[in-house]
Formats: sequence, structure tokens, C-alpha cells
Amino acid sequence: MTNDRYDVIVIGGGPAGLAAAVSAHDNDARVLLIEREARLGGILKQCIHDGFGLLRFGEKLSGPEYAERYIDMFRARDIPALTLTFVTKIVKTEQGFEVHAVNRQGISVHYAHALVLATGCRERTAKQVFIHGTRPSGVFTAGTAQHFVNLLGEMPAKKCVILGSGDIGLIMARRLTLEGARVLGVYEAKPTPSGLTRNLQQCLYDYDIPLHLSHTVTRVFGVDRLEGVEISEVDENMKPIPGTQTRLDCDALILSVGLIPENELAESLGVEIDPKTKGPYCDGQCMTGVPGVFSCGNALHVNDLVDYVSENAAAAGKAAALYTPAPQKYVPLHADGSFLYIVPQRLDLNRDNTKVAVYFRSGGDFNKTRLSVTADGREVFAKKYAFLRPPEMEKLELDFGAFGLTEESDIRFALQLQAEKEREA
Amino acid sequence: MKEITCIVCPRGCRMQAAEENGVITVVGNSCKRGYDFAVSELTDPKRTVCSTVRTAFPDVPVLPVRVSGEIPKARIFDVMRQIGAVCVKVRLGRGDTVIENVLDLGVDVIATSDILIENGKAGGNI
Repeated sequence: MTNDRYDVIVIGGGPAGLAAAVSAHDNDARVLLIEREARLGGILKQCIHDGFGLLRFGEKLSGPEYAERYIDMFRARDIPALTLTFVTKIVKTEQGFEVHAVNRQGISVHYAHALVLATGCRERTAKQVFIHGTRPSGVFTAGTAQHFVNLLGEMPAKKCVILGSGDIGLIMARRLTLEGARVLGVYEAKPTPSGLTRNLQQCLYDYDIPLHLSHTVTRVFGVDRLEGVEISEVDENMKPIPGTQTRLDCDALILSVGLIPENELAESLGVEIDPKTKGPYCDGQCMTGVPGVFSCGNALHVNDLVDYVSENAAAAGKAAALYTPAPQKYVPLHADGSFLYIVPQRLDLNRDNTKVAVYFRSGGDFNKTRLSVTADGREVFAKKYAFLRPPEMEKLELDFGAFGLTEESDIRFALQLQAEKEREA
Repeated sequence: MKEITCIVCPRGCRMQAAEENGVITVVGNSCKRGYDFAVSELTDPKRTVCSTVRTAFPDVPVLPVRVSGEIPKARIFDVMRQIGAVCVKVRLGRGDTVIENVLDLGVDVIATSDILIENGKAGGNI
């Protein structure tokens, strides 16, 4: 059993964990990073397509290239990392945190003043979308299919159907097509696509792969191997319409039906989770409701660009490095019903009296929208958007220090459709 | 008039491009790169290709690669066939050339990961 002490322990060695560790180190913290896989880089290792890093590096990089740039920065700082190491338990103590871990060397305990949880997210599975039928092989999440093709070099399908229009599903539609599989179509239960508009273009339309909105898979056929799926049209409540079923023969069903932040460790510490983001409630420094515990990247909320993950994680790493126990002066950030969510959900006036990055998603497709931030009824910020879509996350930088906030302040975020506003006037 | 979704950056601007008497007009773009993309879509559509190549190393069965620059959209599957024919027998690193000037298109196919080198250092055990 080995024991050691750190200022900051980062859990997770994907893009968020790497950026958080680098940033905490650069802010003079003694840092340890713990990763359960053999290699650093997280899911980017298998995201071999390009488009990463346009904001962060001004270049169109593939996932491995983006990850390895951060791994290079991490290694250049000689930050210790434990790989193939699984955190089993975290105990909060008076001095900080005890992180219990297990790996091939056995059990170890590591002590930290502050924690950064960079545990990423996981995919929703077949069980969670209630598909009926037998349990043949050939039903994969898009990430699993991606792992097979891009890391193991194995083709999981010859002829497949993709359920859900999330970005990974779109990326896999193209990838499988390039490798010679036939993608019969992408079926999405919602009336609007879930993925980025540019991915619809470059992954589906470029390869003549049809996208069927308001359709879902209601049944799978096959005993040992998938032989086909039943597709049904759905109504506006996403309920299958009886009599619309058709059967498609295929050997694989690939699911791209959403990502869920992974927060078991956070919850074990008593961190409160926002039902909208499924990540922790946090303040402008990415600190959760448990003082000294910071959350970032896809564990905090599912991002669509890794560039934002790196940026947010760097902020969390810095805040963790500079963390000193002090009472919080929370003031909530209220977002009206037109938002899917905003992050952070509150400010700590003792720390957030400066520029804070605010991330949000709209609750629907809105054209010509004006975002308005008010503090105690007075508008302190406004911005116009030509269009807002839930799959495309937006970012603002607000200098809350300039707004004269107190603990009693009422801060509200609202989206006003321009057309409505003109009518009112 | 043609509806075009820009794929240059994550904004994904929806543009309309029209050609009249050899003059192309674009609306809906937010920047110059969007305009250039729309013109290219009407005249000579280009894309990048990312894939993997087989390797001779059992610890890393495939190595991720991409083209070093854009290629004509119509040649994607031709380039994929070239990529599919390669088997890497040396531990190449990120940025190293896998296929030089693929199909005379003026771009190389390059490796996008150091995994073979990393694993080589670790004795191929990862």
C-alpha cells in the first residue's frame, strides 16, 4: 500500500483531465492524474475523423492528433500519471480527500487538497431505449462500433441501420460506408436531427445515406446474430404509430441515442446533479456543491466540441490549484424555459467576480433570437443570434464583476424571439 | 440556386449559392471561408479523408491516417482503395508519410498517431 499527497488529483485522462492537469500544474499545484485505461487520450483515441482543434489550435486535426498534443504538454511537465488504475472510493476528510485506487500493483491511497473529476460521459444503450425482441449479437452503440473499426481494425457490420442522429452515429455512418459496409439509413425518433448540421452534410448527404426523422426501431429480429429490425413511424409524442411497421434486413443495429455524463464518483461524494445537464451543479469556477470538488468536460455537461472541453477543463484545473476553503456566497443563474440548460448554474460571489464562461443550449430550433441577461430587472448583457439549435452549444463570456451583484441579486437569462419582440413594440 | 451547408467550422452556416454568367453569389455565409467553400462546392467539391491502415504489429492492428490536404470529393473511394492496400511494417509516428502523393493528387496520406512508437517503447505490451 503506497501513500502520497498532492494539491490536486485529476480523475480521468481524456482531453478534460489532461487539460485540467496541465493547467493545475501551471498554477503551481502538485498534481496526480489517474486514468483507468492503458493509454491517455480518452475517447479521442478512437475518433480518427478530423475537425478537432479549429478553435483551440486553428487547425483541423483528427482526434488522436488533438489528444496527443495535450499528452505532449502533459508529459513535458513531468506530471505523474497512474494508468490502468481504477478509483474505487473517495473519502472526504478534514484536510481534503482520500482517493482509493486499485491497479496491477495492488491497492493504493492518495491524498489531495482538491479534486478534479474529468470522468467524461457514456453512451445510452439499447436497454435504455426499450427496443423489444431477442438479444442477438449485432446491436452496438456507435462508440463500440467505432472502437471495433478504428482501434481493433474489425468490421462489425456489412449492412446496418443506425438509430439516432447523434454525432457519433453520423460519423460512424460515413466511416462504415468508407470501409465498404452498406448503411441503409439513419432513423431518428425526434422530428429534428440531434447532430451538428455540418455532420449531416459531410457524413450523410455526401454519401447519399438517407435520414428518416420521426422514425424509430421498435423490434429486433434474429437469434444468434441480428437478421433485421422493425422500423415504425412515431407521432409527435415519439410514440410508435400502429400499422406503420416495416422490416429491414440487416446484420447490425448501431445506436447513437445520447450521451450521459458519468458521475458515480461525484454522487458518492454527495455532489448534487442537475437533472437538465445530468452533470453536477457548479459555479463559475467549475466547483460542485461539495467544496474542493471540481467537475469539467463531458462529466459536467456533454459538449459537442473538444475545444470547449479543453477550455473548460483548464479553468477547472486552475481553480482547483488555487482552491482554499472559504465560505461560498452563491447566487443562482436562472435560465427561462427556452433554454435546454446553462452552465454554470450559479455564481460564487467570493470567487466569480470576474470573467466567467457561460455555456448554453437552446431548448428548440430558434431563428433570429435575442439573448438577454438581466440582474435585478436591469439588462446587463444582450446578444443576437441568427439561429440557435439544441445540438449546437453556445458560449458566452460575461464579466459578472461589472454587474454590481449581491447575494440577493436576481440574475435571469432569457431568449426572446425577434419577431415576437417586434410585434410587441 | 443551391442550398449548401458549410462544413468548414462547427457553426455549420446554411448558405445559398447561385451561378449566373460565370459569376457566383453566396448568401448566408458568416465569413470568407464560407464563401470559398460555397464556390468550391459549385465548381470543384473537395473533402478530406480519414481512415486507418493495417499494421504488421499485433499490439496495434490499425494506425489512424488522414490526407494532408483536401482531395476532390469524387476521388474519396479511389483514395480509400489505396489506403486499404497498405500494411505498415515500421513503427511510424504522427505526421509521418504513409503514402506519398497519393494517386498524384498532390497530397500525402499521413499517420495521425504516435501509438506505434509509444507501444514500441513499452515493448508492445500496451
